[in-house]
Amino acid sequence: MNEMIAVMARLEVPWFDAEEVLIAPWTRYADATVWMVLMAVLLGVPCALLGNYLMLRRMALAGDAISHSVLPGLVISYLIFRDLGTLPMMGGAMVAGLVTTVLIEFITGRSRLKTDAAMGITYTTLFALGMFLVNRYAGRVHLDADCVLFGELEYVPLAEPSGLRAGGLGPVPMPVVVAAAMAVGTLGLLAVFSRWLLVTSFDAGFARSVGIRAGAVHYGLMAVLSVVVVTALESVGLLVAALLVLPGATAQFFARRMGRLHGLAAVFAVTASLAGIHLGAWLNCPSAAAIALAGGVQFGVAWGVSVWMRGRGVEGGVGGAG
Amino acid sequence: METNSDREPPAFECHDVSVSYDRKPVLYGIDVSVPGGSLCGIVGPNGAGKSTLIKAAMGLLPVEGGWVRMFGRPLDEVRPRVAYVPQRTSVDWDFPVNVMDVVLMGCGGKAGLWRRPTAADRELARESLEMVQMLPYADRQISQLSGGQQQRVFLARALAQRADLYFMDEPFTGVDAATERAIVTLLEGLRAKGGTIVAVHHDLTTAPEYFDRVILLNMRLVAAGPVEEVFTAELLQKTYGGRLTVLSELALRAQEARARRGV
Ligand SMILES: Nc1ncnc2c1ncn2[C@@H]1O[C@H](COP(=O)(O)OP(=O)(O)OP(=O)(O)O)[C@@H](O)[C@H]1O
Ligand SMILES: [Mg+2]
Repeated sequence: MNEMIAVMARLEVPWFDAEEVLIAPWTRYADATVWMVLMAVLLGVPCALLGNYLMLRRMALAGDAISHSVLPGLVISYLIFRDLGTLPMMGGAMVAGLVTTVLIEFITGRSRLKTDAAMGITYTTLFALGMFLVNRYAGRVHLDADCVLFGELEYVPLAEPSGLRAGGLGPVPMPVVVAAAMAVGTLGLLAVFSRWLLVTSFDAGFARSVGIRAGAVHYGLMAVLSVVVVTALESVGLLVAALLVLPGATAQFFARRMGRLHGLAAVFAVTASLAGIHLGAWLNCPSAAAIALAGGVQFGVAWGVSVWMRGRGVEGGVGGAG
Repeated sequence: METNSDREPPAFECHDVSVSYDRKPVLYGIDVSVPGGSLCGIVGPNGAGKSTLIKAAMGLLPVEGGWVRMFGRPLDEVRPRVAYVPQRTSVDWDFPVNVMDVVLMGCGGKAGLWRRPTAADRELARESLEMVQMLPYADRQISQLSGGQQQRVFLARALAQRADLYFMDEPFTGVDAATERAIVTLLEGLRAKGGTIVAVHHDLTTAPEYFDRVILLNMRLVAAGPVEEVFTAELLQKTYGGRLTVLSELALRAQEARARRGV
């Protein structure tokens, strides 16, 4: 025990003060915590469901690729519109996302390179272009590269208030309103197109044979992904990739049908958000990183639990009707 | 049937169809016509372009020149009448769906996939599963199926489409002998109701027995027509190249079989 404390001290791990880590966020800092958790959930749940489809299509890292390659889109959009408002940024991100998708498709279609290589080529190049643009026009672009990279969930409660008020909590911060709109739009689209997404993900050849334009579905999915990524960028930065991949990867240990996969992924997105807020309070690190870390730990634990359950022959948890 | 096919346009017809991958041509100027109400086998060696021909027919690959028609129309106008059974290995069988979910994908075509499955869809899916003797597996997760069972699920999905023309890529691969017979009987039942089946088939010993027409393919069309005219030692040798003894023996046996059936 003493040795462990010594090691933790050397690693500068803060002492686990239950009051400070578990209680204070919901008492003394409740004003901030509520918005941070709400924001994390509003981003995390749509990301989790979208991520399920990406993983089933073997494009789990598409979110990573797009989160990098929207950078030049944001800069160019700013240079054109001189506006850091939501709409120009969304527009720039969406165009960048679609350009990325088109380039990836072009490279895989016209060369022998596979999708993973094509993604690597496309997003690193576009990200580098974005970095160049940020530096070149640094004087005129008020884009904070660090913010784009790492996001600042802590900033959400301090952001400009929107016109909306939420009872005793006071005015709703603008980013929360934007994230809520994105979440509703994304979940709505996923619900409306759920079976088209299912059939094109499972068997694209069959889907096309009944007349579904699998290519259009693919581009639509990437467009939605671009909007989701750019909404998330300000708060969680490039760690949006963790929100996309981890909940679904955790859920698939316990789900053998789509409904249950989506449900569990959403639950794991919420639990990782909550655990992340507390982990951040303990380790005193950025909440976005803490949420991703909590999601990773959750994945490991879930894996262990699923192995244990199978060992014990607990079929219900795995086979379930879902 | 013959008189019908004189008047009605063929169920499947393609003219001068060429297909390339990466500018490397794999099919050259294919001309084929399959009359309605026939069971037609596509036969040829590995890499002959059998799957490619089916994919081109279904519009899954770009066709260079030439045209494809189903029932005398472009595919887009008659899509609900045409079903496609891909090669079993073309999908990920770890996908989180069960057997029923897969068969429901065939119910109602594109429009059916736009809405939630109805009670009628489920009934149709159950009937289709029953036809391939897979109804007891309806709630199984698809990763827990054997290869032959996966193949039957794909067939059931196509049956749920209630089409008039079926393209099947190797429907008998990995299927046990008893099930293969059952499926052949099923296909004959579809034909009896005026349906048309075009299926890739690898087993030359059973081909003349199962099919009434064959398409012999090896990048070019070697021959196409009724089995008794086309399934000859000479044409098979041309399709497969060499290995004359095996092939002539097969053709001989096929002839004997036909003689026994009194064709
Ligand atoms: N996606 C692809 N890209 C490039 N070449 C391909 C592709 N698919 C098939 N080919 C080539 O096209 C040719 C025909 O392939 P196809 O799959 O149609 O053959 P097949 O007759 O179905 O063979 P098998 O009996 O092995 O199924 C082959 O030479 C193959 O190498
Ligand atoms: Mg093939």
